[in-house]
Amino acid sequence: MGARGRRGVRRKTALKAKRSAPRAESPLWEVFVQEKTGAPHEHAGSVHAPDAELALQNARDAYARRGPVTSLWVVEARHISATTPEDSPFLLGPGPEKLYRHPRFYKGAKE
Amino acid sequence: MTNAERERRFQARIDAGEKIEPKDWMPESYRRQLVRMMSQHAHSEIVGQLPEGNWITRAPSLRRKLGLLAKVQDEAGHGLYLYAAAETLGVSREDLVEALLEGSAKYSSIFNYPTLTWADIGAIGWLVDGAAILNQTMLTKCSYGPYARAMVRICKEERFHERQGYEIMRALAQGAPAQRAMAQDALDRWWWPTLMMFGPPDEASVHNDALMAWGVKQKSNDELRQWFVDLAVPQAHALPLAIPDPALRYDEATSHWVTGPIDWDEFWRVVRGGGICNRDRLRARREADEEGRWVREAAEAYGEKRR
Repeated sequence: MGARGRRGVRRKTALKAKRSAPRAESPLWEVFVQEKTGAPHEHAGSVHAPDAELALQNARDAYARRGPVTSLWVVEARHISATTPEDSPFLLGPGPEKLYRHPRFYKGAKE
Repeated sequence: MTNAERERRFQARIDAGEKIEPKDWMPESYRRQLVRMMSQHAHSEIVGQLPEGNWITRAPSLRRKLGLLAKVQDEAGHGLYLYAAAETLGVSREDLVEALLEGSAKYSSIFNYPTLTWADIGAIGWLVDGAAILNQTMLTKCSYGPYARAMVRICKEERFHERQGYEIMRALAQGAPAQRAMAQDALDRWWWPTLMMFGPPDEASVHNDALMAWGVKQKSNDELRQWFVDLAVPQAHALPLAIPDPALRYDEATSHWVTGPIDWDEFWRVVRGGGICNRDRLRARREADEEGRWVREAAEAYGEKRR
């Protein structure tokens, strides 16, 4: 090692570098956060983790660094079933013919 | 349905102010642009930890150290929110991280400048986070739902970043002559790179028109830059420190501060890898990745055993 110490002999870092092994990817978990007792759990984002315990810890680090958070749920993303935009109009459409499900369909005391 | 018809409906939804969600049909170019923007944004948060991390062990008081630690932790968290949001577009976080490590992904050039003194931590919080917050405030209205929601979360948390930076600058600017000189020196070095953070001028920006039409952005680079200058100049005067721009003037007719010309050659030089710290930043990320490998592998093996 010369007078300049280790820095002097370090090779210059390349701006582009070929990377060897592909990275293993742990499962994706969706994170739901409750901000006060009695409130619903709301979707906050997602984390990667190999198991539920670490998923909760990662979720705590990422989505509960600031209060108030009273409860966290994590669920592996592959277990969530969701509607597709193509289904939605048929499954979820309010149906204009179903006005009788709303209070305004009926006459109250003042009408 | 033909693609042209799909695109017409997509644009109509955007024009009506609807949000686009991951499973909705979207043009391939919209998806590509969002992956580009969101991954660059995520990488910037991650690399953004490095210049400030440099000063955690040398913060001048416990109060300053606590604030800086919390801020750097937030940046790691914000990088994760953004990778998570980008993943909803069908890319994998590991691929994005790989692209950063191999040097093919971009991140904000501002982080390729060195933090030479403690005053740089003040200047970064005040100017760099101040500039980022304006961009992110705009992006809370972005047409892509997951990106907009991540931005809401980030903006809520980042409000303290800018204030802790300004507080550092004020303490120095109103301190001893040497502290004052240190604060001025930091402003001198960070002012122009901060203005470049908003990206090339509108006439040279290749993505601007499409991003505006898609409701991804609501303001152009130059509009955001002007918004920032109008906020930052009076803040500098209040410290008081001098903006390092002899041509800076207030235009009565438009009620805007007008800056001198920005050195775009420098901007492109740093984007292309010629900044002072480009190599340092990549080396630090690669080393952190390598040193953390055993933790990832151990967690993976343990998870595997329990499945």
